[in-house]
Amino acid sequence: MEQILANGIYLGSQYAMIALGLTLIFALMNVLNFAHGQMYVLGGFVTYTIYGQLGFPFLTGLAMSCLTLFLLGALIERFLFAPVIRRSSREESTMLLAAGLAFFFDAVILLLFGEKQRGVPKIMDGVFNWDFRLIMPYDRILICVLAIVATVSFILFMQYSKTGRALRALAQDRVAAQLMGVNVEHYSMIGFALGAMLAGLVGGLLVTITGINLGMGGPTSIKAFMMVMIGGAGVISGAIAGGIILGFLEAIGLSVLSQYGDITYLLIFVSLMIFLAIRPQGLMGKPWG
Amino acid sequence: MNSLSKLQLLGILGFFIAIFGIVPVAIEALGRNDLYFTLTSVGLLAIASAGVWLTFYIGRINIGQGAFALLGAYVSAILVTKFDISFWFSLPVAGLFAAVVAILIGLPILRLRGVYFAMITLVLTQVFTLTALALPITNGAKGITSIPLPGALSVFGITLIPDFSTLQNPRQAFYFATGVLLVLTFAAMYRLVNSRLGHLCRSMQQNEELASSIGVNVPYIRVVIYAISSFFGGIGGAMFGSIAQSVYPSSFQVVDSVNFMLNCFLGGLGYVFGPMLGTLVLYFGWDLLFEFGKYQLLIYSSLLIILMLVLPNGLLSLRLPKRKGNS
Repeated sequence: MEQILANGIYLGSQYAMIALGLTLIFALMNVLNFAHGQMYVLGGFVTYTIYGQLGFPFLTGLAMSCLTLFLLGALIERFLFAPVIRRSSREESTMLLAAGLAFFFDAVILLLFGEKQRGVPKIMDGVFNWDFRLIMPYDRILICVLAIVATVSFILFMQYSKTGRALRALAQDRVAAQLMGVNVEHYSMIGFALGAMLAGLVGGLLVTITGINLGMGGPTSIKAFMMVMIGGAGVISGAIAGGIILGFLEAIGLSVLSQYGDITYLLIFVSLMIFLAIRPQGLMGKPWG
Repeated sequence: MNSLSKLQLLGILGFFIAIFGIVPVAIEALGRNDLYFTLTSVGLLAIASAGVWLTFYIGRINIGQGAFALLGAYVSAILVTKFDISFWFSLPVAGLFAAVVAILIGLPILRLRGVYFAMITLVLTQVFTLTALALPITNGAKGITSIPLPGALSVFGITLIPDFSTLQNPRQAFYFATGVLLVLTFAAMYRLVNSRLGHLCRSMQQNEELASSIGVNVPYIRVVIYAISSFFGGIGGAMFGSIAQSVYPSSFQVVDSVNFMLNCFLGGLGYVFGPMLGTLVLYFGWDLLFEFGKYQLLIYSSLLIILMLVLPNGLLSLRLPKRKGNS
């Protein structure tokens, strides 16, 4: 039982951060970022290159992952999403762009890093063992703590900094924020960049444990969509709740249902659909997004 | 339908001549028999994409067509291999089965809107793939293989469709069958869009509350449209399974669902023939880029992005006044 809970917290802390980035982008721009999983993979590969290949300290790799994805996100918003949103007659057209970007990142990753599974040296040796009731490698605990610290600092940033206030105002009502003197274009760019950065950060964190490969992008995006749906799209607390819930469901499912084969996800999907039929806006979302 | 202008009639006639006359002759002349398969795939994907387009028409983003294509493929494959039923009978059954499932699933999930609906349909594709893996009747990851080619279809002793396995060139036969299906699908779509139901759909696309306030039965119409949409998906998938003579859980995946949606976007959401053009361009674009080897995906995705920047409202928005109505 303790083991399942610990696994749940570990998975949930990672998932929450992925969902946070996705929900931030959605709240600000009303864009469903199909490329989110690919951004996560890209972040993982940056850390892999800096830490695993070039031998710099792990934190440098992590910082570079964040920086790369932040810049990438900013450029993508400025030169791709902003013009398309401005010119397109239907908002959904951005989905084509996002899907195109997902393919593009896949192609870039394929060319630069190939298809193989990549791993990095362990950042910490040893296993925490509490009387065989709870076994957890130290590096997982460290990553989990780092993820929680990052999530908390992100929330504090959104709550108390000037940028965070502007972003929240933007998410609430774009026009009203603009009337109050918020530089909408500037902050949209920062918001998108922050969302991408969170994806990159999780990628950098998780590469030390699960490694990284090209095929992880798509499934990660789907998981992120599910978390956002559980919690409610465009709500930060919802994304965190969704991430933790999915993390726990997965941890419980994998340990309880393991003898029945691979039906954990089938059950999660089905229960998600039933849940959404009853509560379409998710746990904390505004009705109809 | 009776208000077709001369130009539109000419366009339709030209389309018929093109797919049933010019293309086979051109393929014979070039000796590229493989093109039949490519064009058949385009046709079938266009049929499934037409379904997606229809859900766009009521203002829903549907990324779940892969689920119904997979369902249709399995239904037809199981009927043909396990129950020895003629493929031509299993084809409409597959479509109808997909439609019934769509009604059952659609009743709850069609209450969702916008991004929520898009995400749940995406999840739906995943659910169907996983179900296909888990159920015994679908034979798990091994899938259903060596499905026989479609047999003969005769009514009162007159052979309407010959047995495909006795034909010299089954691919050509599949091509013609798909051509007929494609024409039927888009004729039905055109008729639907220009009917009373089409007008109601447009009103829902703009504002569901307003539509329901003037007496449009919104929940009913959206379920009906979703069922029709999934019917197309089921038909396309069933035919695809028959051509490939095999169905696997990975036959239609999330990527395919996304591609169906992209076909619609690319062709233009405002035009009935958008999905057809979008499918053709995307499929052939991908094939043509094959010679670039490992840069294929890079160039393809870059072109998609550039296209989106230049023509955010779809390809057909290029020549709106001229192209309305014909192919």
